[in-house]
Amino acid sequence: MRIIETSKIVEEVEKLCINSNYYLGEDIIFKYKEGITKEESETGKEIFEQLYENAKIAKDFKKPICQDTGMAVVFVELGEEVHINGNLETAINEGVAKGYKKGYLRKSIVKDPLFRENTNDNTPAVIHISIVKGDKLKIVVAPKGFGSENMSQIKMFPPAAGVEGIKEFVLKVVEEAGPNPCPPIIVGVGIGGNFEHSALLAKKALLRNIGDRNKNSYYSELEIELLEKINRLGIGPQGFGGKITALDLFIETYPTHIAGMPVAVNIGCHVNRHKEVLI
Amino acid sequence: MNEKSVKKTVKLTTPLKNEDLVNLKIGDKILLTGIIYTGRDAAHQKFIDTLNRGEKLPFEIEGSVIYYVGPAPAKPGEVIGSAGPTTSYRMDKFAPELIKLGLKGMIGKGKRSKEVIEACKKYKSVYFGATGGAAALIASRIKSSKIIAYEDLGPEAVREMYVEDFPMIVVNNTSGEDLYEEGKRKWKEL
Repeated sequence: MRIIETSKIVEEVEKLCINSNYYLGEDIIFKYKEGITKEESETGKEIFEQLYENAKIAKDFKKPICQDTGMAVVFVELGEEVHINGNLETAINEGVAKGYKKGYLRKSIVKDPLFRENTNDNTPAVIHISIVKGDKLKIVVAPKGFGSENMSQIKMFPPAAGVEGIKEFVLKVVEEAGPNPCPPIIVGVGIGGNFEHSALLAKKALLRNIGDRNKNSYYSELEIELLEKINRLGIGPQGFGGKITALDLFIETYPTHIAGMPVAVNIGCHVNRHKEVLI
Repeated sequence: MNEKSVKKTVKLTTPLKNEDLVNLKIGDKILLTGIIYTGRDAAHQKFIDTLNRGEKLPFEIEGSVIYYVGPAPAKPGEVIGSAGPTTSYRMDKFAPELIKLGLKGMIGKGKRSKEVIEACKKYKSVYFGATGGAAALIASRIKSSKIIAYEDLGPEAVREMYVEDFPMIVVNNTSGEDLYEEGKRKWKEL
């Protein structure tokens, strides 16, 4: 048994919260640069220039890229040979609270969905834990803003809807979202499992880096096809019209029931943040 | 696409007057300078409650501009933390009444309701889109900021800000046009 102290987890989660909000992934910054030349709409080009400059200011001045520093979504892969000295979830939440305070990140969480009192430390996080082989602990922090989260949808299809049903649904979700989720967006699609698992797959899909294709060639081709179709909708950067509405689209799948085909679409904005650590 | 030939950059200074707004075309780029006020969902509810009680709003609404934003906290020595626009449709319920009272500009991101677009046309007000997610860049154009009302709302408190060359795009103008619809129509490939 390898022992990991909770103090180590607190410290790492704190850093991940701050770093994910200050330092945008190079994969996305590259897409901004590409957008400056590839986008055909003049307004759209200018939006890409602003996003590129914004990411640079955030990095240089250690400021949040976006003021919506999100609800902290934390994925944990816990090796079965690891023993944690203390409570894992408590440690994660302590790390989130410390990170959001120390990093001057916005506290956006309310205690109750109807009685909306701010918890003032951005906790609790949404935590997903899975047990894996080995003696390591992997933590991914993915702060998620709600401009894009609010535009996400889920649908329980009958199997007969087939791939055409999925395509139509994904395009409908993106079209209905329009300018609201801060395009250029990143689209996470979860297919299969059951009601709640498809949503989790869609969220997990957003953890991939731009250009990382699904390992299955059928689904990787579907990713590319859907991305091209989305970029023909004309929504464009910020919804002002243009050729680049989405930077990428990722599909995750899971076995499902003979009677169903759940499909979840989780929209991510262009500030699609995720940082990880392996302990 | 000869977009360049029709879009222009316009410098505006608050308070805004009808003559500043009536010639604006959707897609025009605006650089705004002057005092603006902030407000999100909870503050808007309070504005309307205040008016319903027959009391005065915490700022002069005639000619004013409201920016839909909930900034990140300022670090020591900073004017303000990152401060990009929030999604505007959540303020749709409240906006027409404020427009009727003389609100001349709203800054946010995302679609507005038919009622807001109609009110912009009828009372000569404009909805401007700022770049969602460009929060650090926008913060650099905010030169001063102070809370003037509802401090208890935290990031949703109402602030008076002085901005210089705040970058935005005309989305809904005084003729009832909508850049989101027009942009999609123009760029959609069938």
